Amino acid sequence: MPHRIEVAMKPGFPDASGAGVRKQLAEDLGIAVDAVRVIDVYTVNATVTPEELDRVRAELFTDPVIQRSVTDATLADDFSYLIEVGFRPGVTDNVGKSAAEGIADTLGRSLAPGEAVYKSTQYLLSGAIDAKTCEHIARDLLANELIQRWVVKSADEMTKLQGQSLLGLPVVTERSSAEVHQVNLGVSDDALTALSRSMTLALELREMKAIQAYYATPDVQARRKKLGLPIQPTDIEIEILAQTWSEHCKHKIFDARVHYTDETGKTRVIDSLFKTYVRRVTEEVGRHINWLVSVFHDNAGIIKFDDQWNIAVKAETHNSPSALDPYGGAITGIVGVNRDIAGAGLGCKCIFNTDVFCFASPFHDAAIPSRLLHPRRVLRGVHQGVKDGGNQSGIPDVNGAIVFHERFLGKPLVFCGTGGLIPATIGGKPSHVKAARPGDLIVMTGGRIGKDGIHGATFSSEELHEGSPATAVQIGDAITQKKMTDFLLEARDLELYTCITDNGAGGLSSSVGEMAKDPGGAEVHLDKAPLKYAGLAPWEIFLSEAQERMTLAVAPDRLQAFLDLARRRAVEATVIGSFTNSGRLECYYEGKRIASLDMEFLHDGVPRMDLNAVWTPPVLGPETIPAYADLEAELKAVLGSLNVCSKESFVRMYDHEVLAQSVLKQFQGADHDGPGDAAVIRPVHDSQRGVAVACGICPKYSDLDTYWMMACAVDEAVRNLVCVGAQPGRIAGLDNFCWPDPVQSDKTPDGEYKLAQLVRCGEALYDACTYYGIPLISGKDRMKNDYKIGDTKISIPPTVLFTAVAVLDDVNQVVSMDVKNPGDIVYVLGKTSHEMGGSEYLGLRGQLGASVPKVDFASALRLYRALATAMEHGLVASCHDCSDGGLAVALAESAFAGGYGMSLDLSGIGVDNPVVALFSESQSRFVVSVPAASAAAFERALIGSVVVRLGEVIPEPMLKIVGQSGVLLDAPLAELKEAWQKPLRW
Amino acid sequence: MAVRALVLTGFGINCDAETQVAFSRAGATAERAHLNDLIDAPDRLRDYHILAIPGGFSFGDDVASGKILANRLRYKLGAALKQFVADGKLAIGICNGFQVMVKMGLLPAIGGLFRQEVTLTHNESGRFEDRWVYLQPNPQSPCVWTRNLRTFELPVRHGEGRFLAQDDTLLRALQDGGHVALRYCTRAGLPAKGAYPANPNASVDDIAGICDASGRIFGLMPHPEAYTERAHHPRATREPLPAEGAGLQLFRNAVEYARDAFN
Repeated sequence: MPHRIEVAMKPGFPDASGAGVRKQLAEDLGIAVDAVRVIDVYTVNATVTPEELDRVRAELFTDPVIQRSVTDATLADDFSYLIEVGFRPGVTDNVGKSAAEGIADTLGRSLAPGEAVYKSTQYLLSGAIDAKTCEHIARDLLANELIQRWVVKSADEMTKLQGQSLLGLPVVTERSSAEVHQVNLGVSDDALTALSRSMTLALELREMKAIQAYYATPDVQARRKKLGLPIQPTDIEIEILAQTWSEHCKHKIFDARVHYTDETGKTRVIDSLFKTYVRRVTEEVGRHINWLVSVFHDNAGIIKFDDQWNIAVKAETHNSPSALDPYGGAITGIVGVNRDIAGAGLGCKCIFNTDVFCFASPFHDAAIPSRLLHPRRVLRGVHQGVKDGGNQSGIPDVNGAIVFHERFLGKPLVFCGTGGLIPATIGGKPSHVKAARPGDLIVMTGGRIGKDGIHGATFSSEELHEGSPATAVQIGDAITQKKMTDFLLEARDLELYTCITDNGAGGLSSSVGEMAKDPGGAEVHLDKAPLKYAGLAPWEIFLSEAQERMTLAVAPDRLQAFLDLARRRAVEATVIGSFTNSGRLECYYEGKRIASLDMEFLHDGVPRMDLNAVWTPPVLGPETIPAYADLEAELKAVLGSLNVCSKESFVRMYDHEVLAQSVLKQFQGADHDGPGDAAVIRPVHDSQRGVAVACGICPKYSDLDTYWMMACAVDEAVRNLVCVGAQPGRIAGLDNFCWPDPVQSDKTPDGEYKLAQLVRCGEALYDACTYYGIPLISGKDRMKNDYKIGDTKISIPPTVLFTAVAVLDDVNQVVSMDVKNPGDIVYVLGKTSHEMGGSEYLGLRGQLGASVPKVDFASALRLYRALATAMEHGLVASCHDCSDGGLAVALAESAFAGGYGMSLDLSGIGVDNPVVALFSESQSRFVVSVPAASAAAFERALIGSVVVRLGEVIPEPMLKIVGQSGVLLDAPLAELKEAWQKPLRW
Repeated sequence: MAVRALVLTGFGINCDAETQVAFSRAGATAERAHLNDLIDAPDRLRDYHILAIPGGFSFGDDVASGKILANRLRYKLGAALKQFVADGKLAIGICNGFQVMVKMGLLPAIGGLFRQEVTLTHNESGRFEDRWVYLQPNPQSPCVWTRNLRTFELPVRHGEGRFLAQDDTLLRALQDGGHVALRYCTRAGLPAKGAYPANPNASVDDIAGICDASGRIFGLMPHPEAYTERAHHPRATREPLPAEGAGLQLFRNAVEYARDAFN
């Protein structure tokens, strides 16, 4: 019988959780209450004696110094309303799971099968509120109805209940039949289309027909008869095909033949955007460099760090799950990309995370369309998910950005990146080479399989619609994964396995299907796979995207050692089959064959798409630069705009120093609060080499021209790296595309334009990266970032996150963004032009503008090389990137970060209008300060580039700027800093 | 004589690698051991002079930070740990390791071992934060680890670092007995007086670290292993700083003490 243990703070001790909820109620929902207190509830569903129950209450669940607790009674008193929130059945309950381990320790015996602990939380609200308001609080702040349940009770109601349980046990009772069904494909085209939708297959008619044709082949039919399989496909076979062929896994749009018509009406065929604009970059650039180790075919790109070590980097998105459950979507996003790195090569140690989020304004005050969450809630949830996932895994979060645009209301973008470190050789063999062999056993390690995340790969290949499945949402369990990845690094060094990959989208179906390519087949016994609870259909076991799992190939003679080590590390590891050379992926359940798919058809059978793209340059409104009145007020407004303002409140909550390799942190300067351009870490403790990491992302230019959006993103990432001392020529890039649906159809009437935007973006990626010599080592594209319910359609602005990494020779030479000493000379490097289109300045006036910033790759590269060399010679005191907000923002940030003012004259930059001079967002520019004694040498080093001496650093904490027309600004740094820090000081 | 340090790993501990490096740099022979391997062979503890419980998120901070690991250590290694302390050996708990030590009653151990007398709970801000703080060692404390230090800086990285004692009597016993080894302070070295962010979590009496009566068993919320060299420091690009970070001195103090004591 279930028992309840309730724990609350003793009177007189602070209830920080309650206080936090009270604050959020006021800030997010505008509801004032007198007090909120929190009671932790542990429901122990196990057979225990009263003595045992009291022992775990006292020894495990209660902090004797500050807490009080009861068993099978209530602590709730002195409140107006009570809200209890707990998980729905089957949702990962991390606290419950850990508590069960704690109980086992206290009682000296494990809980029996079927016994468990469930965590729920009671919020006691005091004040003038009613039940209806409490429902609102539960739904919109405390709980997410996709994964949680709640009850609201008044004080009177609670008295009558006398300590009874409020929420039923969240036990999964729904059971799928283990029976395998046939799917009848001998139907009309309309019925095939309907079938695809009703089974969440996300396959197009052409693809359904390709499958239909495969099963109609006489050879296939004859073999199926021989194998004892029905002529029609089984449900699991259709599910495997749909998952393997999903846009998410197969990148069909990026691989399509695109018939592109440019603005002059000329048409050409682009044979795969991926091959033309991504892979070709790496092939061409790769001929001139010697540090590429493994690109495109593994879970992550791998480059050389030094002779002993390699670095792996990968970035992913988790947009669709984060739209439905921001916390769960984001935490699975970060721990998911961690697994990509843990499965890159023979398995890397994760050494840094990056995170970039795109949201609508958290101050959005219009109605929210159905099934969408308020951007404020999305921001808080996503941030908390990434924070918990990274912090609990012990991986420093070193770099990121939060970008705002109104159309991210339709789908937030959540980019999570990870870097890893791996010895170049393991056991004398290159660590990036791996392949399963026929006869190797298939071993699954880590977490167990549940219904969570079923159809994640196909669901994210569609727009968000009314029927989007809630089972696609899940919660990450960082500790289970941490235990597993610690164990796998030990097993790797003992050479206990031959191949490794992670279970992400598509689950075992994807990981086994991919690993089976090398040996040429696999045989999986699905009834052997460990489940979280009974009642999963075989296809659900194979497709489940339950987290924290890796799939390995283990040679038979290493199996016992592998399983022994797993047991000693408290990690579950189970043999579920073996790799073969049969040419087929075969699944069995309780000895019966239920799937047999030709590897060739599975991986290469998907028909290629032919798509049309038509580029019609958008008609842009007139761009008017308003007459300025008070430039100080305007600078403060730009500093306080969402894309510019400080994100320190969020960043401080990430552990960015665990592993003790941090050199340049996100926030720099005298008070550690100036915005850094790139992170620098020193990953090997006895080497002075470093890795710099930065990103570029410019969706605000997409409506003007995606060519320049992409060029600006690459340039931004590169100049961020150059800011800290990286040399062009040692920079590697990662491209993560997030696009609205670019396929012309009834629901996307402008698909040809959106695809043309994608083509132009690809051209810019190719042009910029080949010019700068940046190989693309990894990337992803996510294509259906739209929202459509009823008549409301919201498509995100086309967005590419460009992540850039560079190896540095000596971390002691890095340069930070804060000015260092009065008397240092201040320069702006690079040409300032009238490029106000998409600027923060015009954005604040509701204008998009027209003059999109452009990149002159040749002069930019010349400048970057010269500047990096000047830094190597120690000539530069500070360097800061000019990006969002323009020159004035970069000057102000460098000044207030260093705690010293500047006295400057902008006449030399050759721009007449002070608004343009201060706020134009021309690319490839830096604000640099140089000790006066080094100024001559610095100017000599930069000959051939645009170098404008603006003035000097002054002791007085004022930003003083004059122009041709006289005094433009004379502003106290403290006020500028406050304007920059205030908007998101949460 | 080689001083041997054992650094605990497993179950979400995540600062083990850099803690091992810090001990090595301080002159010890440092090894990492998984908790389960130690539970299988508790006698192994006898081979070491120093035990470190590093920072991390053992068991995800579920139920309460450090609690589940504290119980496991007490139930499964209690006797070996008691002997370790009785043998005059040294131990440090950093961040999560400090939480583990107070929750299992290894610190401050005023009324004997394995009774929880103080706690570390949610920061007043309600949030996890990574920020650098100034610290003031207490010259009246017998603490071995904080010898030879003046006001210095380290990063804190925690959500549950608010030090509280069960009552004023115990707090006075901590103060009077020299158990308070380390306090948060201002840049000028003055008491933080509870004010955020100098005192980042609202710990009572600005307490950042405590020791047992012997001064050999020590726990602290800040991370000394994260400042063992200049490049770790957030102002390394703008201030002349020594090549060696202040955090390393704590490890060196322990290693030197052990070298003398067990020679």
